[in-house]
Amino acid sequence: MANDSVLGRLTDAAPAIELRGITKSFGAVEANKNISLKVSKGTIHGIVGENGAGKSTLMSILYGFYKADAGEIFINGRKTPIPDSQAAIAAGIGMVHQHFKLVENFTVLENVILGAEDGALLKPSLAKARAVLVDLAREYELEVDPDQTIENLSVGHQQRVEILKALYRQADILILDEPTGVLTPSEAEHLFRILKNLRDQGKTLILITHKLKEIMNATDTVSVMRRGEMTATVKTADTSPGELAELMVGRKVLLRVDKKPAATGKTVLEVRDLKVKDSAGVERLKGISFEVCAGEILGIAGVAGNGQSELLEVLGGIASASGSVRINDHQLDLTGRYSDGQSRRARGISHVPEDRQRLGLIMDFMAWENACFGYHHDPKYQKNPLMMDNGAILADTEQKMQRFDIRPPNPRLPAHSFSGGNQQKIVLAREIERNPDILLVGQPTRGVDIGAIEFIHQQIVALRDAGKAILLVSVELDEILSLSDRVAVMFDGRIQGERITAETDEKELGLLMAGMNVEAA
Amino acid sequence: MDKIPRWADIFLVPFINLVLAFAASGLVVLAIGENPFDAIYYMIRGALGSTSGLGYTLYYATNYIFTGLAVAVAFHARLFNIGGEGQAAVSGIGVAVVVLAFDWPHWALALPFAIIGAGVMGAAWAFIPAYLQAKRGSHIVITTIMFNFIGAALMGFLLNGILKNPNTQNAESIGFGPGAHLPTAHEVLAPLGIAFSKSAPLNISFLLALLCAAGVWFLLWRTRLGYQIRAFGQSEAAAKYAGISSVKIIILTMLISGALAGMLSINVVMGEQERLIKEFVEGAGFVGIAVALMGRSHPFGIVLAALLFGMLTQGGFELLWEMPAISREMVLVIQALIILFTGALDNMVRDPVEKLFRRIRKGRI
Repeated sequence: MANDSVLGRLTDAAPAIELRGITKSFGAVEANKNISLKVSKGTIHGIVGENGAGKSTLMSILYGFYKADAGEIFINGRKTPIPDSQAAIAAGIGMVHQHFKLVENFTVLENVILGAEDGALLKPSLAKARAVLVDLAREYELEVDPDQTIENLSVGHQQRVEILKALYRQADILILDEPTGVLTPSEAEHLFRILKNLRDQGKTLILITHKLKEIMNATDTVSVMRRGEMTATVKTADTSPGELAELMVGRKVLLRVDKKPAATGKTVLEVRDLKVKDSAGVERLKGISFEVCAGEILGIAGVAGNGQSELLEVLGGIASASGSVRINDHQLDLTGRYSDGQSRRARGISHVPEDRQRLGLIMDFMAWENACFGYHHDPKYQKNPLMMDNGAILADTEQKMQRFDIRPPNPRLPAHSFSGGNQQKIVLAREIERNPDILLVGQPTRGVDIGAIEFIHQQIVALRDAGKAILLVSVELDEILSLSDRVAVMFDGRIQGERITAETDEKELGLLMAGMNVEAA
Repeated sequence: MDKIPRWADIFLVPFINLVLAFAASGLVVLAIGENPFDAIYYMIRGALGSTSGLGYTLYYATNYIFTGLAVAVAFHARLFNIGGEGQAAVSGIGVAVVVLAFDWPHWALALPFAIIGAGVMGAAWAFIPAYLQAKRGSHIVITTIMFNFIGAALMGFLLNGILKNPNTQNAESIGFGPGAHLPTAHEVLAPLGIAFSKSAPLNISFLLALLCAAGVWFLLWRTRLGYQIRAFGQSEAAAKYAGISSVKIIILTMLISGALAGMLSINVVMGEQERLIKEFVEGAGFVGIAVALMGRSHPFGIVLAALLFGMLTQGGFELLWEMPAISREMVLVIQALIILFTGALDNMVRDPVEKLFRRIRKGRI
């Protein structure tokens, strides 16, 4: 490839971006400590780090959302203060956010010119944007229908619109925050092709991600952040995922999960022809059937939004459905009074929800109040029929915090003051310690740091080895492949295919995730 | 830890708010050509300067504790109960019916039944909006406001109809019997050798209000129902995940809220008027919103805020008397300024205070 020319550019005199001594604190927390960084023009630079390492803060400073307490920013060798995002755009910096900032019912063209109109009348701006878009599409493989409304576009295309928006504003430096979180493997591949095209045209790209594989595939140089500090900046070719992981966490990490072969028992969960309609009457689950046995992990793979969330919600008693669900040969109510979370828990179903901050925890409640959440009717938490036994719950929480190594081990701290990984451990401790017959787990390691991922995976496998059934939903294919014994891929509310994990690979699952019909090998 | 120390949150910020509110009110008083310091003096003297003034202050504060608690309980479930006014009004019917139904031999016997009557009617008036919110999704703010008007109309209908005292022109019920007379502060304190104004309407309902405040604290932070109410208020989605029924929580919370608002009629109808008149609530239901806001929806804060608003009400009347240039509307403006500063503009003070504490802490590290 053009690798030589890329490396040649690394030594160019004036870097596209140079940060000197950037420091930023939020209260007592130092999010960025004296960070210095140089990114050469025409390269893709990756920034990796655990959640809370300060990546997003640093990029927000570069894009003008936050003002640094100290430090200087140089763009193309010139000192450039960036007090707000207008200044960032003027300096040629564009940002593609993790959550797109598009107006859903506007067309692509309207979104592209939004905020960059040339005058009071829209027609000339739209005509100009249309011409520019055609050029950009040809140059960078960024095809999108300019007259389509955003809500009718796939997620991958919406992301292209975000990139087009930045390019339309003449961005030379593009920051992408976790860009592949919502993409299928093939969409992600296309994105990286686009990024390489942009680089080859002399654009500078910063890629923020926690996926080490992407860093290895797509970047020229990479910086690692840990606890607000930049711990290393290296050429990607000179490093390895293992080394990066170690730099991120500060110790050796096991990237694969050690597990014994599954010893499966009788069927615990049996789902037949499950259908769910959302509030708008759209069918989100279109008749799915599967089983999970004791002592096995069934992984549900798929791009986010293909019915996995609805499946978890039905099984966890949050949404109603039609069809049949049996737990240990007992028929569950799918509508009405006895289809709620309490009835599910009484049947031995524990549920670690996908969105722990919205569903699994009350963020303003203290850890001990969260540690009995959902099980607050349990007699062991009651002092008398009227009062809860706060002392007993506190003691119980202290034990859980010790067993699951939750830090800081203070049950009186509110949930929002724990890190993502420790929040997840609070939920996991609560659900696993119930000793359920079946554990539903959604995105167990989303937003969780690598150190905690290892621990959480071990806990899930330990529960499996204790003979429990586990239904694992994750959009991280790596996680599905390393944890589950069988994989079912969901696409558009259906199960597109089911495979034994040992007999399939990422490529085959990727095709299923994209909705292709693939014959089992 | 994060943000500001507890004492600053509970005392310092409201205090700065108050100072600002008084400063703004002072400018208003100055603008109409009166001395603002005199005005403050008259207000404070009027509210606290005599046992009569104090009696009125605490009497009003009793009302505000009830309505403040009513708003706060609902607020913990993220329900904005604007209907305290109507719930309190209708609860008066419950008190009147209970008290007039029997020839009560002693107040101690009448009181528990009057409390039940007031609570049931207040809760009933909150039940319909609660049911509509829980089952039909009709917004509780809209429905409770509407029920304030319906409640006022109902009172007019009954007090000009079956409940009307035939011997007067006014829309009011016949007077209650002496057996239902609640002891006033004067009657309670006299045997202890403490002289208290005979004319002040303060009565033992004040103790009931304090009891209710303690009860609300116990409910919210010690019982399972309170736990569920707070969880539901913090996150409806999470409550659903936990299997907490939204219908049950909305209806139970509003019943409790309505019953608390209803306690106001124990103080006013049974304790002071000793008959049912048409407009006895006099806006206390709305003041309760400000009280709950200022008290940060915590019973202790609500008692303090209610005392302040009691002082404002009584002091305001005194001001009218002492400064003829100040009209009733002007007193309302001053009270409104205080509500504005303590309730709506809270963040205006809170943010700089938080910044200040951050800077102080950094200086220490």
